[in-house]
Amino acid sequence: MLDLRTCASLSEAAGILSGDRQALLIGGGTLVMREVNEGRLTEGTLVRVTDPAFRQISAGGARVELGAGVTMAMLLANRDLAYLHAPARGIGGPPVRTMATIGGNLFAGTPYGDFTVALLALDAQVVLQSGYGSGRAVSLEDFLSARERGGQGLVTAVQFARPQNPAELHFRKISRVKPKGISVLSIAAYLPLSGGRVTQARVAYGAMAPTPIRARGVERALDGKPLDQAAIQAAKQAALEGCRPATDAIASEWYRREILPVHLGRLLAGEPR
Amino acid sequence: MAKLPVQFRLNGSDRATFVDPASNLLDTLRRGLGDFGPKYGCGQGTCGVCTVLVDGEPQLACLTLAVACEGRQIETTSGMADGPNLHPLQDAFMDHFAAQCGFCTPGMLTAARALLAKNPQPSREEVVEAISGNICRCTGYEPIIAAILAAADAPGARRA
Ligand SMILES: Cc1cc2nc3c(=O)[nH]c(=O)nc-3n(C[C@H](O)[C@H](O)[C@H](O)COP(=O)(O)OP(=O)(O)OC[C@H]3O[C@@H](n4cnc5c(N)ncnc54)[C@H](O)[C@@H]3O)c2cc1C
Ligand code: FES
Ligand code: FES
Repeated sequence: MLDLRTCASLSEAAGILSGDRQALLIGGGTLVMREVNEGRLTEGTLVRVTDPAFRQISAGGARVELGAGVTMAMLLANRDLAYLHAPARGIGGPPVRTMATIGGNLFAGTPYGDFTVALLALDAQVVLQSGYGSGRAVSLEDFLSARERGGQGLVTAVQFARPQNPAELHFRKISRVKPKGISVLSIAAYLPLSGGRVTQARVAYGAMAPTPIRARGVERALDGKPLDQAAIQAAKQAALEGCRPATDAIASEWYRREILPVHLGRLLAGEPR
Repeated sequence: MAKLPVQFRLNGSDRATFVDPASNLLDTLRRGLGDFGPKYGCGQGTCGVCTVLVDGEPQLACLTLAVACEGRQIETTSGMADGPNLHPLQDAFMDHFAAQCGFCTPGMLTAARALLAKNPQPSREEVVEAISGNICRCTGYEPIIAAILAAADAPGARRA
């Protein structure tokens, strides 16, 4: 039978998670409780965190820090984080957003993980705490590539530099069922312009590989270029570099490969979906 | 594993019970406390029929850990009527034929109630968004949307 530990401090939770291989953090529970309800998770210990630090938002300064227990609804209620409202609003319906956390989204299997795609475009870092020591920051990209190996301890927060011009962060979730289908794929692009040229573009995809990934080919194609037809064409040509999409109940691999360059082109051109 | 105590306010009354550590709120309400307002549909978060308000926010009771509700305010459709007087949303659902088998109705009412409490004059798009986590397999969504919009216009509809 499943046990439950409620931890008033993050370090207590991190200690339990690193000391007990059968312990599992429960954030909003939108994925964990499914497993419980369906009888796939029956043994071990659920670890719940009530530490206020887990739900803290620090969004006003140059460096933004969001506690891993911050929910999509909390983000949507925060005006300083308006640039993250599109990816947060893309997750489930309102009751899911009341519960779903940023931390849980980092672990959500494909085709979920839409919010993580936006965090990748922001070049976020993940603060990991294993054992009772203090947390260490790792890049989200490294975190995601290690994710499948599991057992990484507790994610306490995510951090990133606040985008200087929030209008330069773009996000699209492509789904077939309106208004709230699961992603066929999602795209986030941070495209800062300097002197009319893109500098240090960061583009990320969801559902185009086993975890959200950066689109390095697209970033190379855009860097240093004005966002004109030629650059958009080059970006579309490089769009599929590094992609390993799956065929699942939502879409086939073929379909995902077909539509990604189309939607990327529209996003870059500022066209509607 | 020992059961854990949990106490919360349910539709304005203090309730206390003992739950298994990983019990969800829906089981606790239905089996433990006899509140059959919220229904069990999928147990996965997809159908929305178990939607309840926790401290005024819509949550899926099937995915909510019961012990996480300690000290909180839970509201279900069982507490919507004021004695013999239905809530304006309940009236509007009847007037607009917004329930056929009625299975989705508790979740729809709760989602609508959460919306109108925050946004008393929603647009059609906002209503659609508010019920986007709720599945109806009978009436189609139009009568439900019409009922919620009508309740939003109705005098007294702002009663939470
Ligand atoms: C109806 C429905 C629709 C959904 N739609 C979308 C969607 O459109 N897009 C999308 O991306 N997702 C979607 N989801 C999936 C999910 O709700 C989100 O991905 C959410 O962000 C997961 O967060 P959680 O806190 O609920 O995770 P939980 O269920 O609490 O946890 C998920 C996993 O992450 C681990 N975990 C959680 N937090 C931490 C932490 N801080 N440190 C270490 N491990 C941690 C848990 O141990 C578990 O393995 C949907 C879910 C449902 C039920
Ligand atoms: S029973 Fe909870 S969402 Fe379907
Ligand atoms: S009225 Fe039957 S499911 Fe909606």
